[in-house]
Amino acid sequence: MQMGKIFKMSRQQSNTSEIVNDKDNNTQGWLMLAFVLFIYVLCIYSFYEWGDVLLPRSASEHGVGIDQLWLISMIIIFVVGIITQWLLHYFAFKYRGRQTQKAVFYADNDKLEFIWTIIPVIVLAGLIIYGLFTWTDIMNIDTEDDPLVVELYAYQFDWRARYGGEDNTLGEANVRLIEGVNQLGVDASDPYAQDDVIVNELHLPKGRKVIFKMRSQDVLHSAYMPHFRAQMNCVPGMITQFSFTPTVTTEEMRQAEEMKDKVQKINKIRTENNIALAAAGEEQLEMYEFDYLLLCNKICGNSHYNMQMKIIVEEEEEFNAWMKEQQTLAAVLKQ
Amino acid sequence: MSAHAEAHAVDHHDDHGHHHKETFITKYIFSQDHKMISKQYLITGLFMGIIGIAMSILFRMQLAWPEEPFTIFEVLLGKWAEGGVMDPSVYLALVTIHGTIMVFFVLTAGLSGTFSNLLIPLQIGARDMASGFLNMISYWLFFLSSIIMVFSLFVEAGPASAGWTVYPPLSALPQAIPGSGTGMTLWLVSMAIFIASSLLGSLNYIVTVLNLRTKGMSMTRLPLTIWAFFVTAIIGVVSFPVLLSAALMLIMDRSFGTSFFLSDIYIAGEVLHNQGGSPVLFEHLFWFLGHPEVYIVILPAMGLVSEIMATNSRKPIFGYRAMVASILAIAFLSTIVWGHHMFISGMNPFLGSVFTFTTLLIAIPSAVKAFNWITTLWKGNLQLNPAMLFSIGFVSTFITGGLTGIILGDSALDINVHDTYFVVAHFHLVMGISALYGLFAGVYHWFPKMFQSRMMNKNLGFVHFWVTAVGAYGVFYPMHFIGMAGLPRRYYNNTNFPYFDDLADVNVVITIFAIITAAAQLVFLYNFIHSMFYGKKGPQNPWKSNTLEWTAPIKHIHGNWDGPIPHVYRWSYDYSKLNKDESDYVIPGQDYVPQHIPLQENEEELNH
Repeated sequence: MQMGKIFKMSRQQSNTSEIVNDKDNNTQGWLMLAFVLFIYVLCIYSFYEWGDVLLPRSASEHGVGIDQLWLISMIIIFVVGIITQWLLHYFAFKYRGRQTQKAVFYADNDKLEFIWTIIPVIVLAGLIIYGLFTWTDIMNIDTEDDPLVVELYAYQFDWRARYGGEDNTLGEANVRLIEGVNQLGVDASDPYAQDDVIVNELHLPKGRKVIFKMRSQDVLHSAYMPHFRAQMNCVPGMITQFSFTPTVTTEEMRQAEEMKDKVQKINKIRTENNIALAAAGEEQLEMYEFDYLLLCNKICGNSHYNMQMKIIVEEEEEFNAWMKEQQTLAAVLKQ
Repeated sequence: MSAHAEAHAVDHHDDHGHHHKETFITKYIFSQDHKMISKQYLITGLFMGIIGIAMSILFRMQLAWPEEPFTIFEVLLGKWAEGGVMDPSVYLALVTIHGTIMVFFVLTAGLSGTFSNLLIPLQIGARDMASGFLNMISYWLFFLSSIIMVFSLFVEAGPASAGWTVYPPLSALPQAIPGSGTGMTLWLVSMAIFIASSLLGSLNYIVTVLNLRTKGMSMTRLPLTIWAFFVTAIIGVVSFPVLLSAALMLIMDRSFGTSFFLSDIYIAGEVLHNQGGSPVLFEHLFWFLGHPEVYIVILPAMGLVSEIMATNSRKPIFGYRAMVASILAIAFLSTIVWGHHMFISGMNPFLGSVFTFTTLLIAIPSAVKAFNWITTLWKGNLQLNPAMLFSIGFVSTFITGGLTGIILGDSALDINVHDTYFVVAHFHLVMGISALYGLFAGVYHWFPKMFQSRMMNKNLGFVHFWVTAVGAYGVFYPMHFIGMAGLPRRYYNNTNFPYFDDLADVNVVITIFAIITAAAQLVFLYNFIHSMFYGKKGPQNPWKSNTLEWTAPIKHIHGNWDGPIPHVYRWSYDYSKLNKDESDYVIPGQDYVPQHIPLQENEEELNH
C-alpha cells in the first residue's frame, strides 16, 4: 500500500501546482499595489497620530543647525523613498505575469547607469559638505568668550555636575582619590578645586556657552540631552567634551504652545492611569511638569533605565543667585 | 584556469562511480557533502532564529506593558520573573542574546552558511567544496558555538547582558552587571569558536569559487549569488580575525588582570588596579568587524535576491557589471566606515568627519543596486512566487532602512539620535528584516533543490509574506517616531520618565505588530517542516532557471552530477532573449537558455 503510493508519487513527475499561475500573479500583483498604498497610509497615519511626540524646537544654538540639516535630509529621503517605493511596487503590479506576456530582454544601459550613479553622487556630496560644516562647527570647541565649564560625572546609576566655581576652572580629579564625601575624587590639595561646586541638578544660564567635561567612574555611560541636541559618551579613563549654548529657559519652554499641548496630553494619560491605579488601591501618579533632562544613553547596568538628572535653564541672574547658595568643595570637605 | 578545471572534472568523473557506503552517521551527522551541510546550517540557523525571535517577543511585551505580570514570563524565565514580572537584568540579557543570535547565528551562519554551501558548488559546476572536511569542521564548530551560546542562558548569574556589542568595562566586570560573570565568559568562548567556524567556511568558499569553476564559467559569467558569497567570504576573512583579537583581549582583561580596555575604575567601593587601557580601543576593534558584519549579512541576501528576481522576472538582471562593481565597492567601503558607530564615543571629531564621508559614499553603490533591481522588474513578466515576493519585499525594506542610514551616517545628525530607537528601527529594516527576507526568498526558491524536488506550499507562502511584510513595517515604521522623540534604547521601562508617557501607546502598537509578525513565522515553520516530508514534487527545474544547479539530478548524489560536469557557454541571465530576426526566443517556445546550452546559430553573441 505504502509502496504503491510512493511509486505513484514518483511517477507524477511534474506537479506544477505549487508554481504560480496567472491567477496567482494577478492576485499578488494587485496586493503589491495595495501594499505600496499601505506604506503611504502608514506613513501619513504615523505623522498624524504621533507627529506630536517628536522633540520640540531645539533649546540650544547649534541645535537649530542640526534641525535644519535634519529637515533637508528628511525631505530628500522622503522624496526618494516615495518615488522608489512607488516604482518598485507599481512595476510589480503592472508587469505581473501573464501567459500571453513577453518580457523584454533588457540587460544594460550605460546612460541610465550613469544617471543614477551621478545623481546620488551630487546629492550626497551636498549632504556630506553641509553635514561636515555643521559637525565641525559643533565639535570645534573653542574657549573664547568665557564659556562656563561644567563637569558631568557619571556613575552607576546617577549623575553629578561639578562647576568650576569663582575661577571657572575645575580642580584635578581621579577615581583613586575617592574617599568619604569626596565622591568625585577631586584633588583636595589643588587650589583650583577649592571653589568647585558639586550638585545633582544641572543649572545652566541662558545665552552663555557651556563646555561640558565628561567623566565616568565605572563603565561607559552617555550624557544625552535630547532637547539640546547634545550627546557625548562618558568614558572611564578619559575626559570627553561637548559644548553648547542654551537658548531657551525652562520657563520659556514650558510656555511654548507645542510643549503645553504635549504636557496636557501626558497629564491626560496620567489622569486616566490614576483612575485605574485608584481602583487597584495603588499610589497615584503625580501630575507632570516639563523639565529638561539628562539621560544615560549607553547601556550601563541593571538600572540604566533610570539614570537621569534634571536640567534647569534660567536667566543669568537666577543662575548666579542659585550658584551663590551652593556650598563649595572646600566647605563640604571641611564638615 | 579552465584547463585546470576540466582536468579536475575528468579526474573526478573517473572516481565518482563507486559510492561509499553511507551510514546514518556519515550521511546526516558527520557529512562532508555540501548539500547536507547546507541543510545542517539552515536547520540550526532556524532553530536559533526561533530562540532569537521568541526573546524579542518577551522583551517587546515588557516594553508595551511594563511590569505587568505574565505567566509566560514566569514559565520561561523562572527566577528572573517571579510572579510573572520581568526583572531588569533579564531584560538586558534578552536584548543582548537576541542581538547576538540574530546577527551571528541566524543571519551570518544561517543565511550565508546555508546558501554559500548549497549554491557555490552547484552553481559553479563543482562536485563539492574545495575541502569537504574543513567544511564539515566549519559546521560542527558552528554547532558547538550554538550549543555554548544556548547553554549560557542557563548559568546561575544569567547570560551575557552588556548588549550584543559587549562594550567593556561593563562586559569585563561582574561587579558592574551579573551577566558579566560566567555568562560573559561563555559568550566569548562561543564567539571565538564561531569565528573559527566562519573563517574555515569563508576560506573554503573563496578557494572553491576561484579554483573549481567548470569549463566556460568565467568570473563574468558567475551568477550574482556566487559573486555575493565570494565577496562576503573575503570580507569575513578580513574582519572576523579582528573581532577574535578583541575577544581575546577582553578575555585577558577579565581573567588575567591585563588593562587593554580598562583604566581608572572605581566600582563596588574600591578602585581597580587597571590603568592605561581604553574602552574606545575595544569599540574600534569591535566595529572593525561589526560594520563589515552587516554587509556579511546583507550581501548574500542581495545575491539571492538578484538571482531570484531575474529568474522570476524572466529578464536578465539589469546592469550585471554594475551589480558586480557595486558589490565590490560596498565590500571595500564596508571596511572603512566602522567609525560611524563611534561619532560620540569620544574619539577625535576629525575622525568623525572622515567616517561621515566614507559612510555616505556607501549610499552610491547601494542606490545603484536598488535602481537596477527596480529596472529588472520593468517590462518583465513577473512570476510572483513566494520567493519573488520576498525579493521585492527585500528591496522595499532595504530602501526604507537604507534611506535613514543617510541620516545616521551624518555625524552631526547622529548626535541626537545615536542609541535611540531611531537607530533600532534603521538597522532592523535595512539589515535585519531585509536579510531575513533574503533568507526566506532563498528557502522558498531552493527548497526543491534541497529536498528532492519537494516544493513548499505557495498559498501558505503568500500568507507568510503578506503578514510579515505588513507586520515588519508596522513594527519598525512607528519605531522611528519614538526614536525621534528621544527615547533611548535598552531601557527596561520608560515609566521613570513622565516625559515619555505619550510614547506608551506607540510601544503597544509596535508590540502587537511584533506578535502578529512572529506568529506568521509559525506558518512558515509549518510549511517548511510539512513540505520537507509531504511537499508536492515539482519538475526538476521548477522556476525555469538558467543556473547549473537545476541541471543536477534531483536525487542527491555525492559529486552532484551523475555524468560529467556540464560546461558553460553563457552567463546565467539569458531570459527572454530573442533570436537574431526577433521572431522567437533563442530556443523556440522557451523563454530561457540555461548556462550549459551552447551558443545557438540564430543567436547574437553578447558580452557574456
